[in-house]
Amino acid sequence: MRRRDAGVPAPLLVPALLGVAFLVLPLVGLVVRAPWGDLGPQLTRPGVGEALRLSLVSATLATVVSLLLGVPLAWVLARSRIRGRSLLRALVTVPLVLPPVVGGVALFLVLGRQGLVGRWLYETTGLSLPFTTAAVVVAETFVAMPFLVISVEGALRAADARFEDAAATLGADRWTTFRRVTLPLVAPGVAAGAVLCWARALGEFGATITFAGNFPGTTQTMPLAVYLALQRDPDAAIVLSLVLLAVSLATLLLLRGRWLGRGAGQGGVA
Amino acid sequence: MRRRFAAAAVAVLALAGCGSGDDGADDELSGTVTVFAAASLTDVFTDLGARLEDDHPGLAVRFNFAGSSALAAQLTQGAPADVYASADTDQMDVVTNDELVSRAPTLFATNTLEIAVPPGNPGGITDLADLADPARTIALCAAEVPCGAATEEVFDAAGLTAAPDTLEEDVRAALTKVQLGEVDAALVYRTDVQAAGDAVEGIEFPEAADAVNGYAICTLTAAPNPAGALAFVQLVTSEAGQDALAAAGFARP
Repeated sequence: MRRRDAGVPAPLLVPALLGVAFLVLPLVGLVVRAPWGDLGPQLTRPGVGEALRLSLVSATLATVVSLLLGVPLAWVLARSRIRGRSLLRALVTVPLVLPPVVGGVALFLVLGRQGLVGRWLYETTGLSLPFTTAAVVVAETFVAMPFLVISVEGALRAADARFEDAAATLGADRWTTFRRVTLPLVAPGVAAGAVLCWARALGEFGATITFAGNFPGTTQTMPLAVYLALQRDPDAAIVLSLVLLAVSLATLLLLRGRWLGRGAGQGGVA
Repeated sequence: MRRRFAAAAVAVLALAGCGSGDDGADDELSGTVTVFAAASLTDVFTDLGARLEDDHPGLAVRFNFAGSSALAAQLTQGAPADVYASADTDQMDVVTNDELVSRAPTLFATNTLEIAVPPGNPGGITDLADLADPARTIALCAAEVPCGAATEEVFDAAGLTAAPDTLEEDVRAALTKVQLGEVDAALVYRTDVQAAGDAVEGIEFPEAADAVNGYAICTLTAAPNPAGALAFVQLVTSEAGQDALAAAGFARP
């Protein structure tokens, strides 16, 4: 491995280094500009812990929902022979190109208490989704699930289908094959997709502030807290950003070590 | 409140001094004027911009409408703009304190809060006390933006504790939640209620008089188009501009 690193050709090395600088320098900026002397009081301000906890809980729930719905969806896209598959794939990846604020408005129009489905829910049960923590999870899931679907679909396509064929030959039905053969085969891809999905959900802003609103303790996640802090006290915003950055980096590094291992590189994001 | 009126008095004095600078109005104006303006000015400023473009065919007026505090933050971070118009003097102070203003700000309008409810008033809102009712779904402006600061003042004056379900990042975002029918009420400016037409109903309340927002406008030191900037400010403070503001529901300073 080491021998290959030494021989990175200049046409790849130079842009790669520029890429690293471009992605990392803004983070350096945050660290340099941070009011380090003022860190203690800033961190213990009311609401910081609350926003962080809400962010972590809602991003994790959004990832769980995305796994439950997204893995089967990825399988349908990669393995089934239903007609209109490419159209279906284009449709489910729309949230990737949709501005998140538009996603938030669209969620209102369907799940709001005047929305297509939400109105019925509100009139029959009195329940209304917007401005609740559940709405945060819904908004984050809407924006983040396509990342998981694309990752898992890529892993499924890259996986060797002959193992599944062999399982079928030995009498396993498709559900058993999926559980016992396919899923273990693409597990690294699923894990990589879940991490990507979680990270996207953690940083979600536009759909959340539109559909779930902004209220401390209920719907104010870290990105919303950062945005509002920026308007009154940029130092507080920088501290909040650093906290979010540190927590997400720590989580990603930890997960990478424990779950993804070396297989993630092969079966991961295609 | 006292600080607001003090600032208002200063600004009115500044208005007198404003015209005495170099008068670029006779020159043929061209290029682009970029105006950063409070969200509540969206409709009336868009009209005034179109009027200025009609008077000066070579001139294009571009707007960035957002919460005054978001705009002030963008300006202090070096956003290129010619004119800044804020919905309260506190946010104008942020910009003047950073010495970004090329001439003293002018107070050009005032605004008060009003309750906005969806058509038919499904939440049965009658006065400010209903916005302190946790059972209802209420949108208020976040304390960081001018309408939120005014909101805190009216609730303080009324001795009520607000019961919002969401704290919106600017006044138009709060209005949108009413227009979509997703909240029972929001506290917005009376001009927003007027601009929304039939999409919302307005309910006036006496405590609104306790928080009068002063709107200030200024040209910026870093203005790429100083002549155009001055022309826009002069239009806003002119009789025609004041009439347009009055028609939109703003009061004179």
